[in-house]
Amino acid sequence: MADKAFLSVSRRGVLQGSVASAAVMQATILPAQDKPSSTPAPTQMPVSLTVNGKSHTLNLDTRTTLLDTLREHLKLTGTKKGCDHGQCGACTVIVNGERINSCLSLAVQHDGDEVTTIEGLGTPGDLHPMQAAFVEHDGYQCGYCTPGQICSAVATLEEIRKGVPSHVTEDLTGAVQATNLEMRERMSGNICRCGAYSNIAEAMTQVARG
Amino acid sequence: MRSFTYERAATPAEAARAVAGRQGAKFIAGGTNLLDLMKLEIETPTHLVDVQDLGLDAIEETDEGGLRIGTLVSNTALSAHPRVRSDYAVLTRAIQAGASGQLRNKATTGGNMLQRTRCSYFYDTNMPCNKRKPGDGCAAIGGFSRQLGVIGTSDACIATYPGDMAVAMRVLDAVVETVKPDGTVRAIPAAEFHRLWGDTPHIETALEPGEMITHVRLPAPIGGRHFYSKVRDRRSYAFALVSVAAVIQSDGTGRVAFGGVAPRPWRSEAADAQLRNGAAAVIRTAFADARPTEDNKFKIPLARRTLASILAETRS
Repeated sequence: MADKAFLSVSRRGVLQGSVASAAVMQATILPAQDKPSSTPAPTQMPVSLTVNGKSHTLNLDTRTTLLDTLREHLKLTGTKKGCDHGQCGACTVIVNGERINSCLSLAVQHDGDEVTTIEGLGTPGDLHPMQAAFVEHDGYQCGYCTPGQICSAVATLEEIRKGVPSHVTEDLTGAVQATNLEMRERMSGNICRCGAYSNIAEAMTQVARG
Repeated sequence: MRSFTYERAATPAEAARAVAGRQGAKFIAGGTNLLDLMKLEIETPTHLVDVQDLGLDAIEETDEGGLRIGTLVSNTALSAHPRVRSDYAVLTRAIQAGASGQLRNKATTGGNMLQRTRCSYFYDTNMPCNKRKPGDGCAAIGGFSRQLGVIGTSDACIATYPGDMAVAMRVLDAVVETVKPDGTVRAIPAAEFHRLWGDTPHIETALEPGEMITHVRLPAPIGGRHFYSKVRDRRSYAFALVSVAAVIQSDGTGRVAFGGVAPRPWRSEAADAQLRNGAAAVIRTAFADARPTEDNKFKIPLARRTLASILAETRS
């Protein structure tokens, strides 16, 4: 039953069409010769998440990252997979109000959590102020890193508002200022191969100043 | 990634028992280091015990005037705590010098103490590594070792402890509190928490199988001016080539620990005692037994200059 649920949520049509049973599917994923005897069979667990205000209950392989849950299971493909190792920031989403790398988090760790993705911040007809500022300041070129940049930028301004210091904050006991230098330091976990950094910092500064 | 089963523990002792009682089981807190390594199949746990529901996410004042930090307190929350910012600024500085905003939100205090090395040969499963597979050999020795250790290393492993937070914990003489599977608790001084590699580089800390970090305790504040200087290949979001955590008193005495150079945050009381004699004297003492490679011998003069810069600031 659990294996059937797994098949129903996979979008890999080519795999779905080529395997006759769940048992074969399992063998396809984990070749027997590579599997140490101690490795358990793939295990599924129920996970409940609220994503962009909508509740979801899914039955997921324990290995499923939050990123793959969003993209492959909920079809929210705005969140991007770049390095899949927490180095590039393309997968940044906001969980319970804080930005994290969704690639370095298991869905099962987030049972009961509230997730906001780029799709939840604004829509083409009703942009979030940060999305509008990115457009106004050319804060992107190819756009691949942009959903992660925007989620990170929105959460960064919230961190500054709450007074979280950074590596470049001179006075740790005073209020944190929303300076260009602060934006650049705090956004260092979001890589942009097109190099739109200076425009991103300007977009953020504009939103920070309201 | 290898498949695994998953559970959430309800109490620290239950978590410790769950890990101790099952071969291949591991704790997971933030998971930012563990999941990275699981994707590469460097870590292949068969069972994960999630400790997020244990309620160990508070920072409490201690009777001695210090702080007791729950193991699940995030790096961000710890660095932003008003008492940490005012009385243990070296800790705020060290945390904010490490990783990215996203990672600091997820990474925990206990998990950061357990961060594994970033040696590129440890990460490359096509290369021999005594840490990944005891007895396998070490490809880093004789390989590209610019990032690797200069002191406290061994013929089996020249990797470093890569983090920043623990360097500040060492300079503050923090204490790691743990619970064992039988429910007993103990306190491990930061000085004894990370092991030198010796012949067993796969054993990285003083923790016994199943033993779980519950808190990290900071003694009463020691005053002084607090510094954390990190030298790296980029201005932000890179591991240290060398880092220096220092607390310097108005009379020039103080404490200093070095990151990015050894299997653990590197500090000696003998080197601390040289602080009034200047950076060169401190470095001569702290790195007297150094065994750098051609690639990384630059770290010793770099540490000297970084400390000299801090000491110059205290005199200004």
